[in-house]
Amino acid sequence: MSARALINVPRKAKRGEVIEIKTLISHIMETGFRHGTTGELIPRDIITSFTCKYNGEEIFATQLYPAIAANPFVTFHTVATESGTLAFHWIGDNGFEMTEEAKIAVE
Amino acid sequence: MYRLIITRREVLKTSGAIALGAALPGQANALGQMETAIRRVIGEAEIRKGKVTLDLPPLVENGNTVPLTVIVDSPMTKADHVKAIHVFNEKNPQPNVVSMQLGPRAGKAHVSTRVRLAGTQTLTAIAEMSDGTYWSDSQEVIVTLAACLEDLI
Repeated sequence: MSARALINVPRKAKRGEVIEIKTLISHIMETGFRHGTTGELIPRDIITSFTCKYNGEEIFATQLYPAIAANPFVTFHTVATESGTLAFHWIGDNGFEMTEEAKIAVE
Repeated sequence: MYRLIITRREVLKTSGAIALGAALPGQANALGQMETAIRRVIGEAEIRKGKVTLDLPPLVENGNTVPLTVIVDSPMTKADHVKAIHVFNEKNPQPNVVSMQLGPRAGKAHVSTRVRLAGTQTLTAIAEMSDGTYWSDSQEVIVTLAACLEDLI
């Protein structure tokens, strides 16, 4: 399954600066509470977990529920400690998995 | 003596109640479903008002996507930081909205996302601090077009 993810991380930051990270991933987030045109229940298909690792160390984790809107948008903050990679990982129903990376230069 | 004749009115009343119960799963026990969910996540700990700011628009037209921001007043140091933020709702089919884990590396306890709301209701955000205390804030949102429960077009 493929999805499109948008990540917004500042390319450069000063050491110790608090930076904002914005993430958006395309996903239907089917709640599992809706009925189709013939009355059958549409099975749940959501992203259940999202994590962010900064140079391998987990800095942020989220559990998502059907109450999260389609195309989950999550923003959070972190301290720019060192140059490196931010890895974003989404896991969902029906084996959904997606990884995205962003580089940051800290001076 | 028992009355053996069932009136038309009684039949309508019972079937109406059954239909209503079937049509709105989760709404029958709406009162208390949030409280139960909160207790399931945080246990019996005392929850105090304050420190947390739950920011939601007071009136939304479309419950399918409602911006939600939680800010917690915390220095975010190793000794004193926010460990987790949980958000709950009253009237959606499921009381949990989102749970987030953060730590001293966050620098700032400020998170946001977009949620679905099945009708006018109150949301509660709870922050779990590193010292084991819990703080909360609640906000009422008026929703014109509810999410989740409508059928596909």
